[in-house]
Amino acid sequence: MKHLKTLTLGAAAGLILGAAVAMPGTAQADAIIVQSTTSTQNSGLYDYMLPIYEKKTGNKVNVVAVGTGQAIKNAKNCDGDVLLVHAKPAEEKFVADGYGVKRSDLMYNDFIIVGPPADPAKVGGMKDGPKALSMIAKSEAAFASRGDNSGTHKKEKHLWKAAGIDPTKASGKWYRETGSGMGATLNAGVGMGAYVMTDRATWISFKNKGDYKIQVEGDKQLFNQYGVILVNPKKCPKVKVKEGQAFIDWLLSKDGQETIASYKLKGLQLFFPNGKMM
Amino acid sequence: MQDFGAAFLTAFDLLIGADADLLEIIGLSLRVSISALLAAGLIGLSLGAALAVTRFPGRGIVLVIVNSMMGLPPVVVGLVVYMLLSNAGPFGFLGLLYTPEAMIIAQAILILPIIAALSRQLIEDLHAEYAEQFRSFCVPTGRMMMELLWDARYSLLTVMLAGLGRAMAEVGAVIIVGGNINHLTRVMTTTIALETSKGDLALALGLGIVLLSIAIAINAGVMALNATAKRQAYA
Repeated sequence: MKHLKTLTLGAAAGLILGAAVAMPGTAQADAIIVQSTTSTQNSGLYDYMLPIYEKKTGNKVNVVAVGTGQAIKNAKNCDGDVLLVHAKPAEEKFVADGYGVKRSDLMYNDFIIVGPPADPAKVGGMKDGPKALSMIAKSEAAFASRGDNSGTHKKEKHLWKAAGIDPTKASGKWYRETGSGMGATLNAGVGMGAYVMTDRATWISFKNKGDYKIQVEGDKQLFNQYGVILVNPKKCPKVKVKEGQAFIDWLLSKDGQETIASYKLKGLQLFFPNGKMM
Repeated sequence: MQDFGAAFLTAFDLLIGADADLLEIIGLSLRVSISALLAAGLIGLSLGAALAVTRFPGRGIVLVIVNSMMGLPPVVVGLVVYMLLSNAGPFGFLGLLYTPEAMIIAQAILILPIIAALSRQLIEDLHAEYAEQFRSFCVPTGRMMMELLWDARYSLLTVMLAGLGRAMAEVGAVIIVGGNINHLTRVMTTTIALETSKGDLALALGLGIVLLSIAIAINAGVMALNATAKRQAYA
């Protein structure tokens, strides 16, 4: 049994050494975690906005950017203080189920459908989202879907439903579910000449557009609303209520809203604030 | 693909520019992966040596399991560690999720089987050579393990490098348990994943080249040290 002792000693030493190397500089007692959708990160909004907030208040904000579906799941696991996503029905359910304190509209932009310049489904210049989708389905032109239960995916499914089409029947044929983030899906779509529905912020900041163009835009149904919610301390006692609420209050304040509006890429405004202080 | 040329230029710019953010990311990558290597190394080498010199019922099954675990998918390790460290999980009270420590734990779990399995094989082969001698001197098991580990040290260094390479190269585990938080848990591979999703393929590939350069530097350094040590040992 002697080797067992050596083994245990080795294991203990390993853990202690690992911890010792890891220790310095990670304590952030008042930093909050925001579970967020990816578009706000990929478009550079946080890189622009958070330093302004942190400089003003001295509070640190850590962003975990995943799809809306996963962000909500993570917040339900109490692994975040604030939820910032874009799927209103799911957000309202999150609050109704007691996981969130209150949902506030924060800002909006819109969804667009981008596609190859050849435009095989002849949807270029159209406004009506569901109609464009049904034309894509009819022509069986390739369409790359997120397929990951994200906010954008939820919206896309909603539009297919409005068009009266179940595209998943053609899954693996012309309907291709990438099961990954917006950027990865755009990379895949551009790579295989498929139409992709994306939020405008991600598209404007996306750098691998190839010769792709916006084919469908401007429909009311393509509206993309972002909401912000404080995770409920009744469900998750560890939520940093004070710091989390301070961040939400700032986002909804005149100052925060103006900061969001002032973020521009290539001269284009990416997010349009419509939050209200209540 | 003009991206390839652009990637090399970007990599060159990144290395020459020594941008503060990039240095921070490289520093964290090294800190996380080397910490994981130290933890997994101490446990893995002990485990490997113990499995090499002992015989017990069910040993064959244990060996098969340890060897199979070398193929653990990083994303599965990430998911399991996330579920354990989540505030909804059993170790949530530690507050480790979305910290570099969580990333170290995930990477250590990922590379532990590699170190244990490879060192077990090496030491077992060496043990076969030494077995008679050990027996004639009645060397106790613990002492035997230490002797074997020491004598196999140069080969074991390659095992450790394999572990470090795996740790530094993986993205699936650290992106889940670290969350790719800017200035906190963002490492080389998660930055590459992020830049890819932004469609900035040249920057992503450029970062990949930087990562590879670091790996080459580490391996070359270790090999040089190794050669010097060997020369002194056998001189």
